[in-house]
Amino acid sequence: MKSHAQLARDFLADENRADWHNETIYTFRQKRDTTVASIPEWELMRQAASDIKDHVLANLDQYLEQFEANATANGVQVHWAADALEHNRIVHQILQENRISRVVKSKSMLTEECKLNEYLEARDIEVVDTDLGERIIQLKKEMPSHLIAPAVHLKREEVSKLFHQHLHTEKGNADPTYLTRAARAHLREKFLEAEAGITGVNFGVAESGGVVIVTNEGNADLGVNLAKVQIHCMGIEKIIPRLEDLGIFLRLITPGAAGQRTAIYNAHYHKPRTGTSMHIILVDNGRTEQLGRADFRNSLKCIRCAACLNTCPVYRRSGGHSYHATIPGPIGAILMPGKDLEAYGDLPFASTLCGACSDVCPVKIDIHQQLYRWRQIILEKQHRLSPKKLLLKSSLPFFRRASSLETAGKFMRQLLRLIPRQSFLHQKSIWGLHRDLPDAPKQSFAAWYQQNKAHDKQR
Amino acid sequence: MHVGLFIPCYVNHLYPQTAIAALELLENQGIQVSYPADQTCCGQVHANAGMEKDALSVYAHFVKVFENFDCIVSPSGSCTAQVQHQYAALPQTPAVQKVRERTMDLSTFLQNIIKTPRIEALFPHKVALHTGCHGLRSLGLDPRPLLANVEGLELISLQFPDECCGFGGTYAITKPELSAKMGRDKLADCLDKGAEYICSTDQSCLMHLEGLIKRQKLPLKVIHLAELLTAKP
Repeated sequence: MKSHAQLARDFLADENRADWHNETIYTFRQKRDTTVASIPEWELMRQAASDIKDHVLANLDQYLEQFEANATANGVQVHWAADALEHNRIVHQILQENRISRVVKSKSMLTEECKLNEYLEARDIEVVDTDLGERIIQLKKEMPSHLIAPAVHLKREEVSKLFHQHLHTEKGNADPTYLTRAARAHLREKFLEAEAGITGVNFGVAESGGVVIVTNEGNADLGVNLAKVQIHCMGIEKIIPRLEDLGIFLRLITPGAAGQRTAIYNAHYHKPRTGTSMHIILVDNGRTEQLGRADFRNSLKCIRCAACLNTCPVYRRSGGHSYHATIPGPIGAILMPGKDLEAYGDLPFASTLCGACSDVCPVKIDIHQQLYRWRQIILEKQHRLSPKKLLLKSSLPFFRRASSLETAGKFMRQLLRLIPRQSFLHQKSIWGLHRDLPDAPKQSFAAWYQQNKAHDKQR
Repeated sequence: MHVGLFIPCYVNHLYPQTAIAALELLENQGIQVSYPADQTCCGQVHANAGMEKDALSVYAHFVKVFENFDCIVSPSGSCTAQVQHQYAALPQTPAVQKVRERTMDLSTFLQNIIKTPRIEALFPHKVALHTGCHGLRSLGLDPRPLLANVEGLELISLQFPDECCGFGGTYAITKPELSAKMGRDKLADCLDKGAEYICSTDQSCLMHLEGLIKRQKLPLKVIHLAELLTAKP
C-alpha cells in the first residue's frame, strides 16, 4: 500500500487540482473563523464540552449502562458489538429477521469504519447511501475524502459524468441544481422502497436513552420515518450524560465544518413508532483499547466536525484519500494508528506539527501533541534502522558537545562552498530538488563571538 | 539581569548575521548578555522525528549550560517552545523548571520583560510578517507592536497569515513535495500582496523559503525579525 507521502505526491502532481482543493476547503475554514468570531462564549463552550467529554470517558461504563437501561425501557432494542464484524452481523441479523433486502442509510463514519455496505451487499442486500455526497462516492466506489463533505474531492463535472452514467442525467449538464434534483428524484424512489433505515449517531443521551442525529439534508429522518425498522449505529464514545449537555455540542459541531451556526436537522429518536422496531447498536471496535492509552484517550472526545481537516495545510494540499484511512486528516492521523500501527504508522508524520488542528478543535483535543507522541511510539517500535533514524542517531554525540558540533559545522560550510551548484546535492537531493541550499557564511556565530566579544566579556 | 543568548544550532552555523543582530538588539537594551560557548542545540529535530528518548541527553546538556542565567533568550519561537514545553519530558528538577520558565523568544523578552525596548531601525520596505507556527500557536507571539518602531516599514497583511510555510524540520526532507508546495503558496501570498520582504520570528522558515525564492528567482527577500529590528540605512 502506498504511504501518505506517496499518495500526497500523486495528488500534487496535478497542481491545479490541488490548488482548487486547497481553496475550496480553505473557504470552509474562513467561514468557520467568521462564525466562531461572532460567538463570544466560544472558548467557554469549548472548555465545557471538553470537560463533559473527559467526564464521560472517565465514567463510560456507567453512562453506557444507564443509556442501555433507559433506551430499553423506552422499547428500543439495544445491541452490543465488540468489533466491526459483530456490528455487521447484528445489522444483518436484524434485516434477516425482518426479511428485509432493501436498506437506506444516512451518513455514518462508523458504518464506513465497519465496512457495513460491503458486508451487506455480499449478502444480497441493497444499501443506498442517502446523503448526497455519500451517494456520489458510493456510485463512484470510493471512500469518503472528508468527514462532512465526503465527495469534496470531486468537481461538479465529474459528478455530472457519474450521474449521466448511473442516473441517466443529460450528458454534460453540470448545473448543481439540476444534478441535485436528479439525485433527489432518484433517492426518493429508494426511500419509498426501503424497508429499513440505518443511521449513524452524533450523540446518545444517557439520561433519556435517546439518540441525536445531525444532518443538513433531512435524509436520516426520511429514511427512519418511512421504514418499518430503524437501526442506529453508535460508537460507544458518543455518549453525553444529560439532555442539558446537548445544547453546547449542537452549537460546537457545525461551525467547524463550514461555518454553520446550527445544522438544518437535529433529530431526536427515543422510541419506535407503533408497528415498527428501533435498534441501537453500541460499537466498541477498538475504542476501549484507545481509552486505555492515557496519552491518546482524549482523541475519543472527537465529535467528527472536520474543523481540523479544514484548517490543516497538509490535508488541504494532499486530499482526504492520501490518508488511506476511514478517518482522514489530523484526527485520523491520531485515531488510525491506534487501530493498526503497522498500516497507519505513516500518518502521524503527515504533519508539520504546526498545531492549527489543536487550535480549532471544538472539544480541545491536543491533536498535534498526540501526533508527536505517536511518533515516539512508532520510532521506538521500528527495529529496522531507516536512513533517517541512522542519521539522527549518529548525529547525537555532536549535539552533546559544542566543540564537535563546531567542527561538523565547519565541515558542512566547506562542503557547501566546494560542491558545485550544478551538482546532485544542489539540484537533485531531497532539499535541492525544490530549493537552493543556503550560502555558507565564512564563520559560525560562535567563532565570530569568540573573536569579537569573548575578550570584552572576560575583562 | 544576566541574559544567556541561546542561538539555534543551524543559525549558529549558517546564519551568524541573525545571531549577531539578536545580540546587538539585546545589548542595546543596556543589559548584560553572554553567549555560553558550550551550548549546542535544543534537541527538537530528534524529538519531533520520534526520538525523544535519545534527545533527552541533549535536553540535559542544554539545562546544564543555561541554568544560571536570569533569562534565556533566543531568536527562535520554535526552539523556545521546544524548551518551554517539550522539556516536560525531563525529570522536573529545580534547574529544569527554572530553565523552562526563563527561556523565551526574543520578541517576548523585548515586549514583556523590557516592555519599552530601544529600537532604532530604518527599513523603508513593504514587509510581510510570517510568525512561525510554534511561536504563533504555542507561545502566542505577536511581534507586530515591535515592528511599529521601525522607521519606514510598511507592514503588509497576508491573505493566509497563519498558514504554515511547510518547513516543519525533517518534514522538509521527508515530504519534500508537500513542503515545497506549502512554501510556494506562502510566497505567492506575499507577492500577491506586494511584499518586498518576508520577515519571520524563525530563521528555519526563512531557510526553506529563501531556498524556494532563489530557485524560482522570485522578487522577494527574507529577513529575520532581529535583523529587521536592527536594520540601518
